[in-house]
Amino acid sequence: MARTIVVTSGKGGVGKTTTSAAIAMGLARKGHRTVVIDFDVGLRNLDLVMGCERRVVYDLVNVIQGEANIRQALIRDKRCEELYVLPASQTRDKEALSKEGIGAILEQLSGDFEYIVCDSPAGIEKGATLAMYYADDAFVVTNPEVSSVRDSDRMLGILASKSRRAENNEEPIKEYLLLNRYSPKRVKVGEMLSVEDVQEILSMHLLGVIPESRSVLSSSNAGVPIILDEDSNAGQAYADVVARYLGEEVPHRFINDKKGLLGRLFGG
Amino acid sequence: MSASQKENLAESPLIELKSSSFTLPILMLFGNDLAVIGEQLSRTVERAPDFFRNTPIVMDLSPLAAESQQVDFAGVVSLCRDLGMVPIGVRGGNTEHNRAAEALAMAILADRSAKRETAPPPKPAAPAEAAAKRDHAPPSAGNATRLITQPIRSGQRVHAEGGDLIVTAHVSAGAEIIADGHIHVYGTLRGRALAGAKGDTASRIFCNDLQAELIAIAGQYQVSENMDDSIRGLPVQVYLENLSLMIHPL
Repeated sequence: MARTIVVTSGKGGVGKTTTSAAIAMGLARKGHRTVVIDFDVGLRNLDLVMGCERRVVYDLVNVIQGEANIRQALIRDKRCEELYVLPASQTRDKEALSKEGIGAILEQLSGDFEYIVCDSPAGIEKGATLAMYYADDAFVVTNPEVSSVRDSDRMLGILASKSRRAENNEEPIKEYLLLNRYSPKRVKVGEMLSVEDVQEILSMHLLGVIPESRSVLSSSNAGVPIILDEDSNAGQAYADVVARYLGEEVPHRFINDKKGLLGRLFGG
Repeated sequence: MSASQKENLAESPLIELKSSSFTLPILMLFGNDLAVIGEQLSRTVERAPDFFRNTPIVMDLSPLAAESQQVDFAGVVSLCRDLGMVPIGVRGGNTEHNRAAEALAMAILADRSAKRETAPPPKPAAPAEAAAKRDHAPPSAGNATRLITQPIRSGQRVHAEGGDLIVTAHVSAGAEIIADGHIHVYGTLRGRALAGAKGDTASRIFCNDLQAELIAIAGQYQVSENMDDSIRGLPVQVYLENLSLMIHPL
């Protein structure tokens, strides 16, 4: 049985797709057979971030509507053979998704994969609620600013009440906080909420803090999940997140503004 | 008006059924002598004429029903009307009383004592319970306490109907908690809290850390902007005193 993870946030532009790509790649590189599904029908992006946009033949909606089978639609990653991508359709909208259709796809994938990562669209409408409906775990991506935190809080309420687990009175979805685009420097001068501020408002388990990093943008543009850039802080932070999620004890990094001796000398 | 306009009108609702509870004065009738009733009633009204002007009133006939006494019902009703009251219904009467009330287009209100005619004698605990219930405005207030142990998130709405609400976690900004009775929040209260939602002015709000967007008791409310900074972030209780909202540190 696969574990289904939804990467969600409520608010747009906080880094859901970057996170989905990074953790899916991270899990696969640790030897777990993983598939990452783009639920953002009509605004498909995951294929770009994963660098497989030129290999898309069939998509999620084709599979739901029976125009293709799941094997035809899955795209195998060229860098890691344990990783597959199921892209969204760009020409349809979210109405093409159905609870039964998604349920059937996840059921099929569940036999072949260990982890199913669902990249949720922004908002709390159909695409987002379907992406989280079947989830076992939720990675809630939040930026350290008030509107993002409030939207995450809203999403946590929906996770707790509108999921399959909630409807069947099963054990609730496990919620993990991913604080993205964190800059200790800006926290220090009061421009950004601190980790403590966000945790106090959301009161949930902190899975990791991803520092603000220029490498994220260039990686995305190049179609390389940031976790493959092992020199970047963000890439290392995502690797920590994956390790922590898999049960390893990894201390939190990138929360404080610590510079090495050279960094201090040269102000880097 | 075109046909489509008419259709639109038919679709947009002009009515809506809602339920609400009111506290009404009850006139207990212990005897059927119309002259004495009239005299005593006018003496009572003289003491507080403003209170009785156009006040809806319910007549409790249970003492009469208990002794199977008849009463000139139309007479009592017109006495009340002459004194400015608006009799709207009866409770606790026997079949004949009720028939007379119906003839005058008055409502027959349900009451425990009305059932006594047919039901077996109530258990010893029942009268005390009934009395306790009468002390509070919402008649259903009682043991319906609701306990919430998970955080109440932005956009969620929890309503403890007919009782108190206890939240052992925090209440986020953008969340709304409502109780017909008291509200207790043992975490931080950042959302809206409305106690005594059915008009019980004795309801209170208790919280461990007040950062609420809005607090209200029995419809008297205060928004965050008008709250005193000195009580923000403190454990407080909120209650009504002479219909104004009091916030005091605990």
